[in-house]
Order: sequence, then structure tokens, then C-alpha cells
Amino acid sequence: MSALTQSSPAAAQSGAAPEKELRPPSYWPFVVPALVVVLAIIIFPWVFTIWMSLNEWKVGSPTTFVGLSNYLRLTGDPRFIEAIGHTLVYTVLSVLLPLVLGTLAAVVFHQKFAGRGFLRGIFIMPMMATPVAIALVWTMMFHPQLGVLNYLLSLVGISPQLWVFHPATVIPSLVLVETWQWTPLVMLIVLGGLAAIPTEPYESAQIDGANFWQVFRFITLPLIMPFLFIAGMIRMIDAVKSFDIIFAITQGGPGSASETINIYLYSVAFTYYDLGYGSAIAVVFFLLIVLLAAVMLYARQRMLWTEIASGA
Amino acid sequence: MTPRQIIGRIGLWFAVFVIVSPAILFFLWMASLSLKFEVDNAAYPPVFIPEHFAWKNYADVLASNRFLTYFINSLIVTGSATALALLVGVPAGYGIARMAAHKSAIVILIARITPGLSYLIPLFLLFQWLGLLGTLVPQIIIHLVVTVPIVIWIMIGYFETTPMELEEAALIDGATRWQVFRHVALPIARPGIAVAFILAVIFSWNNFVFGIVLAGRETRTLPVAVYNMISFDQLSWGPLAAAALIVTFPVLLLTVLAQRQIVAGLTAGAVKGG
Repeated sequence: MSALTQSSPAAAQSGAAPEKELRPPSYWPFVVPALVVVLAIIIFPWVFTIWMSLNEWKVGSPTTFVGLSNYLRLTGDPRFIEAIGHTLVYTVLSVLLPLVLGTLAAVVFHQKFAGRGFLRGIFIMPMMATPVAIALVWTMMFHPQLGVLNYLLSLVGISPQLWVFHPATVIPSLVLVETWQWTPLVMLIVLGGLAAIPTEPYESAQIDGANFWQVFRFITLPLIMPFLFIAGMIRMIDAVKSFDIIFAITQGGPGSASETINIYLYSVAFTYYDLGYGSAIAVVFFLLIVLLAAVMLYARQRMLWTEIASGA
Repeated sequence: MTPRQIIGRIGLWFAVFVIVSPAILFFLWMASLSLKFEVDNAAYPPVFIPEHFAWKNYADVLASNRFLTYFINSLIVTGSATALALLVGVPAGYGIARMAAHKSAIVILIARITPGLSYLIPLFLLFQWLGLLGTLVPQIIIHLVVTVPIVIWIMIGYFETTPMELEEAALIDGATRWQVFRHVALPIARPGIAVAFILAVIFSWNNFVFGIVLAGRETRTLPVAVYNMISFDQLSWGPLAAAALIVTFPVLLLTVLAQRQIVAGLTAGAVKGG
């Protein structure tokens, strides 16, 4: 009975194409509430952002349509150009370091040892912990006079550093935090890849007498390459957008030495309340991330082709 | 064991020690900072385990009535954003999985790539027009940007792996699609819902960027409250570290307790997210 009443609206809906099965449309009611939410909080903001970026839009003054002039203004904004540079340096380092360290950690965690599950839980704590709380403690550790990091350096005979308080060392110092925080994610993804590798190649390698490095280089590494690529992609997307750590530790300083695009975007939109210009930055920023992802995909494709060409 | 195996064993444990120590040492140092009086925190060389523990750092933080307000704010925002996300996201994940509408996942992907600040500019204006600033509603709504994609993403993956046979049998027996979802699919999906719930709670609890723009004095969540403490108490490290630890403690506890679910959720989401 209830099946009948339920199927009738679906039948009415699909009346235009009676030959089609009744099934697909009837799942729509499950999706509609989420669709409304996604439209409201993801699609609408995007459409509105694009519209705002075409306007001179400041809080407290009337808005005027200015076409593409916000975008033209970007090309001659030295702070924005500088921020792109900072973002790229920060991103490249924050992708490569966790990739290398995370792969090493995954190889270790792939072995069997007592307490592995518990230790893995400890190992992933940095990426689950509240970033602002983490940033606060790192700030104390970076302190040039009282910080524990300079004390640790002094133990191995390295002179004290200014860490986040000097323009030359601020980005590497922030990358240190980012690496500490996100190496676990790379580890988890690569660990998933290691678990999927069949054991046969290892057995034959053992018979051939390959050493640990050869096994890693010629068997493990090629097999986990797809996972490394995915980890690198996710890392790139997150590192480009990194906000909490940078904002809480340096706010882009000293001066503007660690001001990335995201931090600059915050200043423009919510310190100067120049919302039109901020929207233009947001749009360009998003396109930049898509571009970086496309470059990575292209590089991966190229690599695959050369592998096939040289390998076969 | 042969000597070679013993050396391998020792090497392995050494490697494990090296890998885990940055995390362990950091959190131990955080605890140490939070339990020291200012004299010890300002000492050089640093004191790791003080003679006298400054439990009052914790007492001071917990006793300030503002902190309680911020804690309740965090609970309300994270609780509501997670509950709403489960309410719309679990059925959506089911619908998308059953319709095999994989293209719809592109929206989730866009949401994943978009910087949080891009949502803030238009939604900030919207909330201003609606006169909602100064209440917790804007933060609850904007936290959905974090929680909804997580829930949908994990639930799509989960429902795709649950068997269809049982559901088809129930349909043939005359159950409606809603009944099938409610009484067949949903009970099976409980572990998946647990994963989605845990990750949504953690990422909403940790969120900082939405709060600094949308929160007023009375509507701050804990991460924003802790950030604001930095500027005022630049030199009292003890209470600051104690506050930081209190804020992140629930999440750390959840991480250790629900380690398996978190790993499953992150790798599923991550691997597909790329």
C-alpha cells in the first residue's frame, strides 16, 4: 500500500520519459535537503563573490560596478605579487618535506611491532590537534631568548636563531610547523598504499638478493607512486590555503615577510573591508590553486608516458 | 633470533622512536609549560619538570566565567553544525551512492579546494543584512561549509560498499524507499556515520578562521578565545599553555580513542579527495 503511494509521484515525475526505469528519480528526495544547503553555503557564495569582484564594494560606502578594474589593480599590486612568491615557496616546501618524511614514516609503520596502533594514534595527534593551540605553543618554542628550540640547538652547538622573528627564517620556521603537523596525513595515505602492494615482487627480490634500498627504490616506490601523487595533491591544496598557523604565529610578519595570498586576502577583506578587491583576490586565488593542481596532473601524466616509453 | 634479526629489531624500534618523538615531546612540553609558574617558564636553561606544579594555571582558566561562555559557544556551534550536517548529509550520501551520481562529487571537490575566506566575504555581508551578527547563528551556518562536505563524502564511500541485495529484497516486499533507508541501510551504515560524526566534530571544533571574522565578544568559540588571549597576556605562558591544552584536549582524547575510525575516514576521504 505504502509502496503504491510512494511510487506514484515518481511515476508522474518521469512521465516525460516513460521508457526509463522508475528508480533513479525516486532517490532525489534524499539528496534535496543537502542540495539546498550546498546551494546556499557553497554555490551562492561563489556566484556572489564573482559578482562582488566586478564592483567597487567597501563596507560603509555605496557600491559601483567597475568591470574588471579590480583584477587589473591586482596586476600592479606589489604586495599581492610578493604574496604569490611567499605562497609558492611555502607551498613547495610544505609539500616536499612531508612527502619525504611521511613516506619514511609509512615504511616504518608498515612493519609489525608491539603497540603499533597506539603509537600511530600518537603520531597523528599533531594533525588533529586544534591549530591555534598548537601555534601558541610553537610561538613560545620559537622565542629567541626563552624558547626551548634555541636551547636544543645550543646542545648540539648551533648558535641561536631568530626563527619567526626574522624575515629570512620566518617561512622555513612556519614550514617546520606545517611539516610537523601534516607529515602524519602523508604517512596514512602511503601506508594505505603499502598495504595494497602484493608480496610476490618482494619474494622474488629476496631470492635475487636485492638490498633494502634497491627493494625500496625499484619495487616499493613505483608501486606507491599513485598514493604519493594523491598525498602531494592534497598537501598542495592545504598548504596553499594554510591560514591558522601563519595567522596565529606571525600574522604575515615580520613586516610582510610571511604574508601569503590567504593572509593578504584576510587583510584586504576584513582589516580594510575592501570587499570588492578582496573578492577579486579570492577568485584569482582559487584559479591559482586549480592551475597548480592542473600542473601537477600534467606532470604526472608526462611521467607516466616517459615511464611507458622508456620501460617498454 | 639471529644477531641479524636482533639488530633489525633494534633498528626498527629506534626508527619508531625517532618518528614518534616530535609529537610526544611537543605535547609533553605543552603540558610542562602549562604546569609551571612564571619563574620556571622564564628560566634559562629551560626547566622540564618543575619542583612545584602550578595547578592554579588550570584553575584560573576554568574559573574565569568568560571561558565557560566560550566553551558553551563551542559546544553549541560544533554540536549544531555536526547534527545538521548528519541530518542532510547522510541521506544525501545514500542518494548519491544509489543513483551513482558521481559527477555531483565535483561540488564537494570545489568546496574542498576553496579557501575558507572566500565563503566568508559574501556570507559576512548576508549575515549583516539579516541582522544575525552578534548571535551564534552565522557561525553555525558557516561551519556547515566544513561539516557537510565531510559527511556527504564519507557517506557516499560507505554506502557504496554496503550490499544492495538486502535493500532490493525489502523493496520487493513492498517497503518504500524511505523505509528501506530507515530500517535497512541506516543500521548497516552506523560505523560509517560514526566516522563522519567524529571527523565533522574535530574539524568544526578546531576551526578558527570563521570565528575571527564572525564572532563578537560574547560569541567567541574556544580557538578564537585562545587567540585573543595571546595579545593580552603576552608574557604569562603558564595560563596561556593551560588554556591551549584545555581547548585541544577533547580532540586529542578523541584522536587516541577513535584512532581507527579517524584513520579510516581520513584515508577514504583523502584518497578519493585527490
